[in-house]
Amino acid sequence: MSSDAEAGASDAAGAGDPDREAKADRIRELLATEGDAVAENTRGFNEGRYESTGRLDDYEALKDEARAIKEDAIERLPELIDEVRESVEANGGTVYLADDAADANRYIREVAAERGAERAVKSKSMTSEEIEVNDALAADGVDVVETDLGEWVLQLADEEPSHIVAPAIHKSREGIAELFAERFDPEDPPETAEELTMFARERLGALVEDADLGMTGANFVAADSGTMLLVTSEGNARKTVTATDTHVAVAGVEKLVPAVEDFSPFVELIGRSGTGQDVTSYISTLTPPVDSPVPDFDDDGEPLADGSGDDREFHLVLIDNGRMAMRDDEELKETLYCIRCSACSNACGNFQSVGGHAFGGETYSGGIATGWEAGIEGLDTAAEFNDLCTGCSRCVPACPVGIDIPWINTAVRDRINRGEADASQLDWAFEELVPDEEPGGLDLATRLVGNYATLAKWGHRTAPIANRLANAGPVRAIAERVAGIDRRRDLPEFASESLVDWFEARGGPAVPAAEATREAVVYPDTATNYVDVERGKATVRALEALGVRVRVPDLPGSGRPPLSQGMIATAESAAEDVYAGLASHVDAGRDVVVIEPSDLATFRREYERFLPEESHERLADASYDPMEYVFGLLEGGADPAALRAPAEGTGPVASGKRIAYHPHCQARTIGVGEYATAVFERLGYDVRVSETECCGMAGSFGYKSEYYELSMDVGEPLREQFGDTDRTVVAAGTSCTEQLDALLDAPPTHPIEVIAPRE
Amino acid sequence: MVEAAAGEPAVGVPLGRSGPDGLADSAATLPDRIETEPTTADLRAAHTGITAASLGVAEYGSVALEANPAGTEPVSLFVDRHVVVLREADIVPDMPDAFDWLGPRARDESVDVVFATGPSATADMGGLVHGAHGPKEVHVVLLRDDGATDGSDAADAAEGIQ
Repeated sequence: MSSDAEAGASDAAGAGDPDREAKADRIRELLATEGDAVAENTRGFNEGRYESTGRLDDYEALKDEARAIKEDAIERLPELIDEVRESVEANGGTVYLADDAADANRYIREVAAERGAERAVKSKSMTSEEIEVNDALAADGVDVVETDLGEWVLQLADEEPSHIVAPAIHKSREGIAELFAERFDPEDPPETAEELTMFARERLGALVEDADLGMTGANFVAADSGTMLLVTSEGNARKTVTATDTHVAVAGVEKLVPAVEDFSPFVELIGRSGTGQDVTSYISTLTPPVDSPVPDFDDDGEPLADGSGDDREFHLVLIDNGRMAMRDDEELKETLYCIRCSACSNACGNFQSVGGHAFGGETYSGGIATGWEAGIEGLDTAAEFNDLCTGCSRCVPACPVGIDIPWINTAVRDRINRGEADASQLDWAFEELVPDEEPGGLDLATRLVGNYATLAKWGHRTAPIANRLANAGPVRAIAERVAGIDRRRDLPEFASESLVDWFEARGGPAVPAAEATREAVVYPDTATNYVDVERGKATVRALEALGVRVRVPDLPGSGRPPLSQGMIATAESAAEDVYAGLASHVDAGRDVVVIEPSDLATFRREYERFLPEESHERLADASYDPMEYVFGLLEGGADPAALRAPAEGTGPVASGKRIAYHPHCQARTIGVGEYATAVFERLGYDVRVSETECCGMAGSFGYKSEYYELSMDVGEPLREQFGDTDRTVVAAGTSCTEQLDALLDAPPTHPIEVIAPRE
Repeated sequence: MVEAAAGEPAVGVPLGRSGPDGLADSAATLPDRIETEPTTADLRAAHTGITAASLGVAEYGSVALEANPAGTEPVSLFVDRHVVVLREADIVPDMPDAFDWLGPRARDESVDVVFATGPSATADMGGLVHGAHGPKEVHVVLLRDDGATDGSDAADAAEGIQ
């Protein structure tokens, strides 16, 4: 790796572009002020999720069941709205279907005015944040009190939630103690978590007693009975409902499910997926108006059970606010399946570092927020944070209803690109370098990354001049200014002989067809073909040693880089070209080995959207990660002695029987990350696997000047885990390799290079 | 067991009125010192609230409390300690069983049920604390089918956030 890029590293990131500079400043500030608290909490939740879902025997079946219920409910939504109205009215309550926030707030203000409400107490509800009902009620002179402890802290501090489940996740205990001391000036200021909680319990308890109106959200509403389900732990929602005679529940229309029995899988999944709790303390399943007597705290000498429950009022305010339009939008529709559990936030490397104040919009935060904000607020709001989804896909297996969150981010990015693009502007100067399917005027940084396959080909043809030029100080300064590529990053160094050329030059397949156990195509992905040719050669050696007849045909790029930039049309066109190039090989019964994990993930996941179903299935079924393929060959009886065992040879690899392995994020999502561990262990290596969801580089993300520091922060746990290891550090992804090199000051090795026989 | 579990002062809802109908015929009654016709002032002053539960969920250690006209919900909630009486016969294995039980009752009788698992909890103040708004402790007294009892302390059984 060249270190020329170090020159100028001290310059402020993003110099020259005010937007990038502002973004970098904002992220830097959040990393410093809120990053530690957010990281500790979200990583704790994420670990809790693995443990808690691991205790379920039928986790995947429950997820499938939950998904099926949501698909059905959203499909039948208009019908369910009619049904719930009948159910709630039969119970003695009222349903109001609000078109938008203003409509909902107008109705709620009317209810408050009719009941003469002076104080409203609220339990936590993101939907109420969305419509900003507190402001609406306050304008009428109603004292609105948040009773969830986290929300109350934010109300006192006048801050916004940074997490959809634990809203004050960015506040430290010390920060809360200071806030209470400043706001209440208590004689004996509370300091410990216990003292702070009891202080809040007392204060809020008194406020609840005097309240007239109780407002809650709803996690789910059953249309068949009008039963609403509330998932809580503090008990404030129970008190909010019990202590007041007027209950207003605010819920998005997507919260409807057909029947009470449908609650079951969600109850088992929501706490486990979110904060790692098997179940939260309280699952309230209310069919309001509730039957409890209303305690009369003003005239408390009367018997509690005085029949006052009969006078309760209930208003279910169902909010559309863009949701019915989302339902008709093929790309945004899946967002409506979201149960707001926060798993996608907690599993996300970027979110763990900066939280919802950077990775969030007006109301919602984390990966799924792009869908919510695009649907509710519009593309402009989504555009402010949508970049922070790197497409690492670690949220995909975490989502209890199986939403393809990275895809929603990609689809929205595509719309943002097209909205921003100025068709009158022609990128004529770059047309040859960026031969994509996108409109002219698209941001140059986006287009350069999106056309990486072409750039790499050009770079390899002109290497080593391109390498020297690319890493030269002045060129890096221009690259940073014009394309936003951070100077502190080393750029990939192009090889002068590509993998395809090398293979052809050495005479093509080496294992005769008659002797071959199997036939395989090693797909020359852009990174392997033009940059990291060695791992390609090692793959060929390993496979041939196991008796596979290998070919390396010249094939186009997978479309992953343009996809990462939201350039869907370009990616789709790449998918068609790749399939055209591979179809005859697949027809001939050849396996396809894909070295770059993100390309394999693209074949298996995103190509489903680009190719006819049968084509996608054929290609997905025929494609393998190299270590997955080796694992299969060994399982099929291939001789492991043909591969390199730890004791053999010299150098860092052989001296390291012990391996530190960071599985690629997308490889883990498609379930191939563990094959390297399995093969290593089979061959006698001792493997330690990283616990980090994503290295932080995530394709091109970490190269962008506004995100360089965030990217390095996301990688910090990896540095902590592997920074002073004497193990051989191993990683499969190109971007992981770059990132680990930057974090550990030594480039890691691809797993296949460890086990392939020497040249 | 209830006598041993209840602190002072204590309020309660008679088991037959807070739990399933079957409990009305049970020999189990609350000790005399428990105020079973509490005023709101009694509730405010109470340390312990005693109620029956309609259902137990074995897999999660949850009890189903009904928000009924007898005041089971406030007596369970506005206290430091909640003592729950549950018949062994009313325990179902898992959540799907609980919702199969709830479904018809929600549709036909509009019942309001809180599935409570352990004490009230929060982690919003920088560490896990029990008793954020609701009870700090929960004790479940199991009524065996032969009429004997068995106590369990649920205070430590559940971890909680929020």
